[in-house]
Amino acid sequence: MAENLVSLRHISKNYAGVKALDNVELIIRRAEIHALVGENGSGKSTLIKVLSGAVQPSEKAEIEIDNVRVRSNSCTESIRCGVAVIYQDLSLFPNLTVAENIAVNDQIEKRAVVVDWRDVQRVAATAIAQIGAKLDVHALVGDLSIADQQLVAICRALAQEAKLIVMDEPTSALTQREVELLFGVLRDLRSKGNSILFISHKMGEILSISDRVTILRDGMLVGTYNRDELDRRKLEFLMTQKQSVESRYAWNGDNRRTLLEVRGLSKRGNFRDVSLTLREGEIVGLIGPLGSGRTELALALFGLKPADSGEIVAAGIPRRIRTVKDAIQLGIGYVPEDRVQDGVILSKSIGRNISITILKKLLTFAFFLKEEERRKQVERWVTTLQIKCSSSEMPVQTLSGGNQQRVVLAKWLATDPKILILDSPTAGIDVGAKATILEIIRQLAEKGMAILLITDESSEAMSCNRVLIMKRGRIVEEVRCDATTEDEILEKVNA
Amino acid sequence: MRLLAGRYRTLLTLGAILVVVAVLMWVLSPDRFLSGPNLQSMAYQIPILGLFSLAMAVAMITGGINLSIISSAIVSGVAGALLLKSLVHAGMGAFQMTAAVTAAILVILGISVIIGALNGLIIGYAKVPAVLGSLATMTMLQGLAIGITKGGAVSGFPEAFQFIGLGVVGGVPLAFVLFLLFAVLLSLLLNRTPWGFSIYMIGSNERATLYSGINNRAILLRTYVLSGLLSGVAATIMTSQFDSIKASYGSAYLLQSILVALLGGVSASGGQGTVSGVVIGILILQCFSSGFNILGFSTFLTTAIWGLMLILAMVVSFVRERSVQTPSIV
Amino acid sequence: MRIASILKRHELYLIVIIALLSVLITSINHHFATLENLLDMLKLSSFTGVLAVGVLVVLLSGGIDLSFTAIATVAMYLMGSYILTFGGNLLVAILIVAVTGIVLGAINGVIVHKLEIPAIIVTLGTLSIFYGALMVIAQGRDIYNLPQWFRDFAKLNLVSWRNVGGSTYGISIFLVIWAVVLAVTWALLRYASVGRGVFAIGGSPLAASRAGYRIGRIQLFVYCYIGMLSGIASMIHVGLVDQIAPHSIVGKELVVIAAVVLGGASLSGGKGSVLGTFLGVFLFAVIGNGLTLTRVTSYWQDAVTGIVLLLSILIAAFRERRREKSLVRVNVEEGKAKA
Repeated sequence: MAENLVSLRHISKNYAGVKALDNVELIIRRAEIHALVGENGSGKSTLIKVLSGAVQPSEKAEIEIDNVRVRSNSCTESIRCGVAVIYQDLSLFPNLTVAENIAVNDQIEKRAVVVDWRDVQRVAATAIAQIGAKLDVHALVGDLSIADQQLVAICRALAQEAKLIVMDEPTSALTQREVELLFGVLRDLRSKGNSILFISHKMGEILSISDRVTILRDGMLVGTYNRDELDRRKLEFLMTQKQSVESRYAWNGDNRRTLLEVRGLSKRGNFRDVSLTLREGEIVGLIGPLGSGRTELALALFGLKPADSGEIVAAGIPRRIRTVKDAIQLGIGYVPEDRVQDGVILSKSIGRNISITILKKLLTFAFFLKEEERRKQVERWVTTLQIKCSSSEMPVQTLSGGNQQRVVLAKWLATDPKILILDSPTAGIDVGAKATILEIIRQLAEKGMAILLITDESSEAMSCNRVLIMKRGRIVEEVRCDATTEDEILEKVNA
Repeated sequence: MRLLAGRYRTLLTLGAILVVVAVLMWVLSPDRFLSGPNLQSMAYQIPILGLFSLAMAVAMITGGINLSIISSAIVSGVAGALLLKSLVHAGMGAFQMTAAVTAAILVILGISVIIGALNGLIIGYAKVPAVLGSLATMTMLQGLAIGITKGGAVSGFPEAFQFIGLGVVGGVPLAFVLFLLFAVLLSLLLNRTPWGFSIYMIGSNERATLYSGINNRAILLRTYVLSGLLSGVAATIMTSQFDSIKASYGSAYLLQSILVALLGGVSASGGQGTVSGVVIGILILQCFSSGFNILGFSTFLTTAIWGLMLILAMVVSFVRERSVQTPSIV
Repeated sequence: MRIASILKRHELYLIVIIALLSVLITSINHHFATLENLLDMLKLSSFTGVLAVGVLVVLLSGGIDLSFTAIATVAMYLMGSYILTFGGNLLVAILIVAVTGIVLGAINGVIVHKLEIPAIIVTLGTLSIFYGALMVIAQGRDIYNLPQWFRDFAKLNLVSWRNVGGSTYGISIFLVIWAVVLAVTWALLRYASVGRGVFAIGGSPLAASRAGYRIGRIQLFVYCYIGMLSGIASMIHVGLVDQIAPHSIVGKELVVIAAVVLGGASLSGGKGSVLGTFLGVFLFAVIGNGLTLTRVTSYWQDAVTGIVLLLSILIAAFRERRREKSLVRVNVEEGKAKA
């Protein structure tokens, strides 16, 4: 018993009749790096919130942290018991200094009425030294890069002297080098007797760092396995009950027009000297580590954050893309990275979300919207993209992630685009739905659209016919997918 | 079918509340509340509050707020009034009189539009938060009004001008007709045009709307101009009805217009609300207002009650939003 | 040290503007640049100044309060009525205004936290409720005959001088009170846990609740604090105008908020400083005084206040956008592109 640091048993949680968690069990041993994996909707976020005390499970739950039976958990209670959670949004204070952010939990614990600033500095310095990071303690956290902010969040967890550190998708903003540094720190913490609960969907990382893995699916526990019992395929299968099928995309270059040509495009602080060509029917991948400027490039081509200099030639004519309107007129559509914030308007209906891009096409007397015409368009796209919904009047937030993404695709397809830029289109979507989205993309390309597919996953990059590798604001290499492998691409990205 | 009922549910609830309030006021003052004179008095007062409420509502639906509607009305009203007084002289022919009155009205509307544009530029283009931006223009306009009038009133207008606020057309006050006209136009705008469509979308999620190719800045500019225009019409009616304009007029309308908008289903966070809802909200408030008046409540007591109702309206709006939300699962 | 240099930028702008304005005004009327005038300006600003400190704390926490003028009115009215009916002394007076302010502020705090309604609407409502209720009860009467000990207190100076004309001037007791309020608030914000909590919830309410901050308590503290300061300010106001007129304070909310925003506080919370707030109030005082000394009628002063506020928020907005545009998102590799 004493070898278990945290044990959560019989954890169930209902939300208005939907079982988010159904009799789930999670045991974390001392001095262990434990991974928690599952797709969206598997319940892993809810389980973390139960552990951190943000959410109360139903009555039969048994929660034990560090040999202490916890009756009613709360954020403060769990912190006191030695659990530190680093949420995906980091939950830092942008208007406070690095030092203060790191020491915040320590300060609250001490319940001091007066702040001892020297103590704050000391706590911060100790934590920073522990991971060997280079941080300016006096800087405001809001001014730091995302990677540095993530380091601050980790330091904060360390400063809490937590026995269990929970990290929710901690590597999303880190470069490969920083990820290795982080993993080094985690192994070091383990050797000192601490435990880490690591939530991730990146199978490579999970297999690299964890000792044991707990898998959830549809709110239920699939099982807890030792690391050596698993490999990539088995892990994926346990998570999804499906096998993903790799498929290549072959592109025939005969008689294909060039739809878009970019030469020497630059934007200070974003990217520099970017040149690329998009031809009919191509699926061109754009891959690179975070902070390489891919999204910035997309936003420039879409007119949201125009470039400073360089040439853009669309269908043979040089153009300026200064506004989104310019881009849309050239037949460019953009599916944003953050679907929930930027892609869809959750509280509004599916129909409204789809028709928002084509309002100008639906006018009578140049002023009024043709309601019937609008509905027809909506129905057409709901059918074409097979959006699963009971009615197009339902708000988008009632849809699953995959279906929401189809709504985003629908709104752009309604504009009859020639070029579609997709920024991480399958992020946050279940493995099953991912494949379908990629299939839709493939069909669009086969009909003659040029696709620029920005992605993080080398496996997804293989669905393209060629891939551009971008690093630190520049395109450094181009490879043809029929002449390379997934691992090769990964290597080039991480080099 | 269920969805249809859902959309009209708010209106039905509001209608029911209206009936309840009207009945309540009638019960409290059986002889006077539903009497001819009182109904007529309400018909004269509703347009001013109504137009201010529409001006406030349209800004709130975009996710913002327009705190300057009253002070905008005062400044434009003062300008028009001063012009009118300077143009009018004894022994003026009917044609000249009409021209003078028309000029005054155009000035009122014109200045309101300019102020609206100022708000729109500050909030839409300079991206200043609506609360702060309209608070700032409100402060400036209030100061301007006092500076120009030195605290005094501009009064004494020709009959032709007074007709706007006091005249009757086919048994119905002209002001009321104007109010209904603008309400109908606004409703058409919000429901049937791309502009209205965009207003709702911006109010729900500004970023996603921008990413969909909508020109947010231009829409916001236009919308605040519209808000200004509506308050300009209110200014015209108000100045005409009171036969005078003073810097201190109308201050109670600010709180009331927010209250009406909230009652009418406009959400403080944006993206929700209908003209029909706001109109019923106005009627409800007017019942209260007239009822309190008949019962002899002092203005201060009424003000205190509005404050209480504002908080209650928010609680109701909050509870309403909570129950409709689908809880997040994971 | 880096924090200090960033902070100082906004305050520096204010100091420069104040200096320039002072030079300009002095060139038109050199009476401006006398110690007597300066102390007089500061004395007259102490009422707005104390209110502004309260508004600063509320804004820092991410909230807002429009009802503080009503709270001040109720406080001074209660104090006045009590003293005239039951007699009393300075301590009693201070106690009454402070407690009234705290209680009314607590009402705001509880509603904002428990009912989760946006503070701007809550305080818009309580403004009407407090003021309306007071007027109904008090029937809008003024109170004139303040006791002599109060009047003596109002005339108190810390240090006095005599000017050419024979009248005294000096560092007024009200200025001292303001200075104490500034100092205490600064220390509170910097060194007290609850003060850091204010910054935390203003910076990120979500992070604050996850970190274990008691948001309800901190909000309650904030609204009680501005309530208390509003009460104290009302006493200063009574001392300055020598009467209790119920409608003399309500309506000035915007001027106070304008001064605080001018001083660098952000309406969305987490940003602002005591020094900045003082400079904001002082800048408005300089403008008002300057307008008077250069013979611009008082009727235009509100308009000037408004224009200054408008300009300051526009400038702040532009600076924010420029800062956002220049944020380096990608560490772009310089040098020639590979072939």
